[in-house]
Parts: sequence; structure tokens; C-alpha cells
Amino acid sequence: MSAPATLLAVRDLNVYLAESHILQGVSFDVRAGGITGLLGRNGVGKTTTLRGILGLVPRTGSVVLEGAETTKLAVHEIVRRGVAYVPEDRDVFAGLTVEENLRLAERAGAPLRYDLVYELFPELEQRAAQKAGTLSGGQQQMVALARALLNGDNRILLVDEPTKGLAPLVVRHVVEALRRAAEVATILLVEQNLSVAHSLVRDVIVLDQGRVSFIGDVDQLMGDAALARRHLGLAAAGSH
Amino acid sequence: MTTIALLLITGLGLGALYFLIAAGLSLIWGLMRVLNFAHGAFFTVAAYAGWSASGLVGGASPELQWLVAVAVAVVVGGAFATLTEVVLIRPLYARHVGQVLVTVGLALATISLVQGGFGSDPKRLALPAWMTGTTTIVGANIPNTRLLVIAFALAVFALLIFFLRRTRFGLIVRAGVENRAMVQALGIDVQRAFTLVFAIGGMAAGLAGILAGTYYGTIDPGRGTSMLIFAFIVVIIGGLGSVTGSAVAAIVVGVLQQFLNFYGAAGVGDFSVVLLLAIVLLVRPGGFSGAST
Ligand SMILES: Nc1ncnc2c1ncn2[C@@H]1O[C@H](COP(=O)(O)OP(=O)(O)OP(=O)(O)O)[C@@H](O)[C@H]1O
Ligand SMILES: [Mg+2]
Repeated sequence: MSAPATLLAVRDLNVYLAESHILQGVSFDVRAGGITGLLGRNGVGKTTTLRGILGLVPRTGSVVLEGAETTKLAVHEIVRRGVAYVPEDRDVFAGLTVEENLRLAERAGAPLRYDLVYELFPELEQRAAQKAGTLSGGQQQMVALARALLNGDNRILLVDEPTKGLAPLVVRHVVEALRRAAEVATILLVEQNLSVAHSLVRDVIVLDQGRVSFIGDVDQLMGDAALARRHLGLAAAGSH
Repeated sequence: MTTIALLLITGLGLGALYFLIAAGLSLIWGLMRVLNFAHGAFFTVAAYAGWSASGLVGGASPELQWLVAVAVAVVVGGAFATLTEVVLIRPLYARHVGQVLVTVGLALATISLVQGGFGSDPKRLALPAWMTGTTTIVGANIPNTRLLVIAFALAVFALLIFFLRRTRFGLIVRAGVENRAMVQALGIDVQRAFTLVFAIGGMAAGLAGILAGTYYGTIDPGRGTSMLIFAFIVVIIGGLGSVTGSAVAAIVVGVLQQFLNFYGAAGVGDFSVVLLLAIVLLVRPGGFSGAST
């Protein structure tokens, strides 16, 4: 069986923020299709890795998307090549309505998937005229995911802790949405809820203090309690 | 009663001029975090360009002369602002001290160039006869220029609100005022919105320049700078990034200034505006409006 194509190749990514060396030569591949997990303890550089891929932080190294180097491009140019971002703190535009948040994400020339978005999140259609700032955390997460799903030509979604701070019922909704999203785009998922991560991802990259400490299969990592504890810390011990 | 009506409408006229300057300043700050001290230079250069153009068509009717002055001022204000953004501001994004120095420097250099070229004496702007007349409102003879300036400011306010609420660029500007990085992360070239907002701000400042010439009857090199100071106060009181906030604050500041300068000792009006600024900063640090329109 031939190995699935590499969609995104990160090589020797280095990021300095305020004089600290946050990412210290991070390298990994993301296979096309499915969900790849980017895991690790608090503060190890997961968010910074996603922001580095997008060019939202100054970085050195190489980020190759479908064979093309992207690190010389502006943020909006990288995004237009099909990289969507669902940030950790959701970053919906609070003063804009739900409908305006989605309209802003529309990209000229891209096939728009409003049908998929409203099928996954019917609430967003009902609340189209509501200011995003007045939504619940779960609803804001839906807006953030919807913005990323909307453009049909997105190649990869960078999704940062989408279940953080959400009630269990909403977590299940988000997990279901991610599963559906993975059918239409590749996802690089940062997720601290390890049971959620385990149920969704196939390949895993673990970061530790700005370096890659593990690359492999999710079952291999989660199936070995000692290995999981070593890479993911105490959190891994309590989850299944 | 007649005095109150006169002071009120004169104050509204002054507020209208402040608004035209403040709206651009507010959007520029909200979107780019640039304190644009060069805004007074846009005002002044545009006013002199309009005045010169009106002289060039000196044979035409005063109405046409005035319209030419307005059109030229708007175009020159917009062009000067666009050039400033592209050449001076763009290379300095995120370098705030550099931006302050560059815009202050540009303002000072421009004012002295204008002074060198045109002299410091005020220049009389040719006005159609009806503008120098008055209209009687509740017994007060209101100079028509006051009403004209107010009408222009209302039109610009309506246009800006339409632009912000109904166009895609407006959507980008409102979102950018909230979170610039996330706008980029949606694949939008924020830089283009920056340039456009500078152009719009410059056009409004240019209009303010020629309308101030209409309101006071003359154009001089120093007015842009003194009005800029009050416009900055309006921007802060109104809430940075908010056009509606600027409009409300401009009315409050203009009217307050007129009334207190009339009923109080000289300078009390100006001082009270600064006092109002201090109070607003203490009570509502975000200004009248924290919102993005
Ligand atoms: N703007 C910044 N300036 C300086 N240091 C920063 C900045 N942003 C993040 N850091 C530091 O970089 C490190 C990595 O942060 P990052 O947010 O990437 O971690 P993370 O793995 O996403 O953490 P979490 O699980 O808490 O979300 C942390 O130690 C953090 O304190
Ligand atoms: Mg993080």
C-alpha cells in the first residue's frame, strides 16, 4: 500500500517571542485526509505552531503546503491557499452578527458550503441576526468552526482546542462536527481533552517544550499508559 | 432664546467640522492603531488646493468657483492621505514611536511649506452671495454657512454609516477594528483596507478644510493644527474606532465650547472641553461607545 500524500510539511520551524525561543526546530508532516492530533502539555507551543504555520508570528524554517513553500507569503495569501484557522479563543467578531461573521469569511471564487454549515449548526441560521458577542461559548465555537468550513476549497483546518470550556453536550456536538468536517478537509487538531483526541485523530504529533517528542499512531500512544504519561503528563493517566 | 438658537447652531457647525476630521482619525486609529498627527496637514493642504483652484476659475460664477474648491479639496485630501499611508506609514506599522514622529514631522513640514508658499495671512475664499446671507430660525439670524456645514457633515455621516454597514469593505473595517489578525486569518488583505480608510479619512479632512474656510470665510495655515487637537479629543470621548461615537462627541464638544466661550470668560469653553475629556476618561475609559461603528 502506498503511503498517503503529505499535505503539509513543517520543517525546522523556529519561533522567538519576546526574546524566548518558543519553538525550537519543530518538524512534522500532516497526511492528506482525516484528523492529525497536535498534543502536549500546557504551554509547550501547540498554539504557536499553528500561528507559525499561518504566519501570524515571525518564524524561520519551512512550511510546505501541497509541495509549495509558504513561508514567504503574507498571512492572507497563505489562508487563500486553503488554510483555515479556528483559534483557541475562537476570535469571533463580537460586534458583528453571526451572518456578518460568516459573510466576512466568504472567499471569492470558493464554492460556499452554507448547506453543510447550517446542517451541522442549525442554531447559526436561527441566530443569523444576533451579535456574535452575545452568543454562548459553544455557539461562538460553532461560528468559528463554520467560518473555517464555509469555503469549499479549504485544504486544511488548523483547529485549536475546540472543546475547551464547553459543556459535555456541546462537546459532543463539536466532536460530531469535526468528524463531518474531516470528510471534506484535512484537520490538524490541538486537543487537551484526550478522550476526544483519541476518538477523533489517527496520527499524533506530541510537542514538549518547543520540540517534537513523539510522532506516531494514536493507539500506540494512548494504548501505552507509561508512554502517554511520559509525553502528555498527568492528564493522560486519568483519561481513557 | 435667539442667542441660544444662534449659539446652538454655531456650536453644531463647529461640531460638524470636528466630526469631519474626527471620523477619519477614529477609523484610522481603530483599524491600524496609528495616531495620525498628519491629519491636520491633509486639512490644510486640501484647503489651500481648493482655494487655489477656485482662483484659477476666477472668471466663473461664485457658485461654480466654490464647487470647484470643494471638489479639489476632497480629491487632494484623499490623494495626500493615500500617499502618506503608502510611503510613510506602511513601512512603519507596529513601530508606534516611528509613526508618531513621521506624522508629526509631516504635519510640521507641511505647515511651514504652506506658510512659505502662501504666507501666513488668511486668504479669503470666494463664496456665493447666498452663503454670506442668513436664515432666520426661531428669531435668530443664522449664517447660512453654519447650516451648509451641518448639512455636509450629516451627508458624510450617512455615507460613512452606509459604507460601514452595507459594503464588504465596511464589514472588513468593522471587523478589523475588533481584531486585525483574525481578519487576515480569514484570507483578507487588511493592507488594502488600511489604504482605503486613509483615503476616506483624507477626503473627509479635505472637505473639512474647505468647509472651515467657508465657515470662517478665510483659510490660514494654522487652523488645521488647532482643529486637530479638538478632533483628537472628540475621537477619544466618542470611543476610538466608532464613527457614531465621534458624531455624538463632536456635537457635545462643539456646542459646549460655543456656549461656555460665550457665557464664560475667554477660553472657558476650550478648557471645559479638556475637562470633559478628563471626566470621560475617568468614568468611561472606552469613550461614549465601545462599539465598532
Ligand atoms: N506573545 C508571546 N510572548 C511571549 N511568550 C509567549 C507569547 N505567546 C506565548 N508565549 C509562550 O510560549 C509558550 C508556548 O505558548 P503556546 O500558547 O503556543 O502553548 P500551548 O501549547 O498552546 O499552550 P496551552 O495548552 O496553554 O494552550 C508558552 O510558554 C507561552 O507562555
Ligand atoms: Mg494553546
